Amino acid sequence: MQKVAVIGAGQTKFGEHWEKSFRDLMAEAGKKAIEDANISGNDIQAVYGGTMSAGRMIGQEHIGALIADSMGLNPIPSTRVENACASGGTAFREAYMAIAGGHYDIVVAGGVEKMTDVFTSQASLALGGAADQEWEVFFGATFPALYALIARRHMHEYGTTEEQMARVAVKNHHNGSLNPNAQYRRDVTLEQVMSSSKVADPLKLLDCSPITDGAAAVVLASEKIARKYCDDPIWVLGSAQASDTLALHDRESLTTLKSSVIAGREAMKQAGVKPTDINIAEVHDCFTIAEICAVEDLGFVEKGKGGKAEEDGMFDLNSNISVNPSGGLKACGHPVGATGIKQVIEAVEQLRGEAGKRQVDGAETALTHNVGGTGATAVVHIFSKEGN
Amino acid sequence: MPHRKSLSLVWRRYPQRYQLIGSKCLTCGTHFFPPRDFCPKCRRKGEIVEQKMKGTGKIHSFTVVRVPQEGFEMEVPYVLAVVELDEGPKLTAQIISVKPDEVSIGMPVKMVFRRISEDGDSGIINYGYKFEKA
Repeated sequence: MQKVAVIGAGQTKFGEHWEKSFRDLMAEAGKKAIEDANISGNDIQAVYGGTMSAGRMIGQEHIGALIADSMGLNPIPSTRVENACASGGTAFREAYMAIAGGHYDIVVAGGVEKMTDVFTSQASLALGGAADQEWEVFFGATFPALYALIARRHMHEYGTTEEQMARVAVKNHHNGSLNPNAQYRRDVTLEQVMSSSKVADPLKLLDCSPITDGAAAVVLASEKIARKYCDDPIWVLGSAQASDTLALHDRESLTTLKSSVIAGREAMKQAGVKPTDINIAEVHDCFTIAEICAVEDLGFVEKGKGGKAEEDGMFDLNSNISVNPSGGLKACGHPVGATGIKQVIEAVEQLRGEAGKRQVDGAETALTHNVGGTGATAVVHIFSKEGN
Repeated sequence: MPHRKSLSLVWRRYPQRYQLIGSKCLTCGTHFFPPRDFCPKCRRKGEIVEQKMKGTGKIHSFTVVRVPQEGFEMEVPYVLAVVELDEGPKLTAQIISVKPDEVSIGMPVKMVFRRISEDGDSGIINYGYKFEKA
């Protein structure tokens, strides 16, 4: 296997981009990533683009072709990757494997979602497509409702509280306030989260990630190219993906995302690191309870102790492990297909020491964790400044 | 306007949604609802047969949905739960005929046949299982 590094990264600001189309967003992120890598478009050999629901959000399929076209990259092969909310992370992994396996030396992985071209109710219906249509959505399940079922069970089994979940939102909004690309760049108080309107008990509006437009792209390269083009390549030390039942109710446990456990363990094994070696982690906090499950499932804290750890500030910026220094899905926003790539960009910026006001001191090892649906897919990557 | 469904899409699920017909692996004895066509544990050695569930179980987790999916506007607030059937499988369903603050984890429930949703003003009316306190 060839070693693989990220040599360029670029994203649009995340938010409501009424003036920009899907095509505009992708082109902007792609251009920034290619410029950052300091390569020519002619050097790129393949593209993998993650998007969840372009068909329902903008009525457009054949996204692989659209991405190559909008980035001016014809005639290279370009492929859409779809794994619900883990589409971006999966696109990155496909690009990684294509280089690691020796097929290519320079590949772009992108992610994009344009969600505000439809009404919120239509966007919600499309997001429901990540759950089981026949056996969950048919009976009245919404996406927040499914995570609320996880939250209620977590509270029952481990004594996790609504305040502990709210604490995740407070932390991630604070980190987002330091991120110029975040959708929400303001602090919220615990009281504001607790008093926000109920969506699906016990989850409130400020426990939920929002609807967002955005795109993100990175350039991956083999070792020989990375060393030639780039002074500070960020190495991919581990890449793993796991699946689980599509419906939440079919899981052995509602409170453990087995796919996260398996992908996390495998990625760390490849990288030769332990959970305590991780300095920063971008985890999939589509809802606050999801971050609590993630820090447990990735082994940062014992099962059931995630809520207490959040309350104690264990995952605050510049604590032992800085979790979601970007602001996470919660504050950056969640343009579904772009999220997994944005997580990689945060890891790259932090490891390069270019994360500005939210820079984690001495960050050397970073982890990204991207989940599809309620955990039917999980993708974990590990990055480092030093190749091993 | 929710997307329109074809009749066959809902018709083919009548046995499961109306009568809780699941399946069972004769090799290991595991029950499946919704039915599985092969046993994930026994794989090719498994022997799958149809099995009707009794329709009784208990609440494994629940939520009160305040912001509904399209088609469920008339129902809010409604209780949605993961119900663990006595045979072992878990499913997602609404809990009815009980106030939201009276629902608890572990509460025994039984299946009832009810209207689930309407596919727009002139589309299909969907029926299926809900659960109430046993």
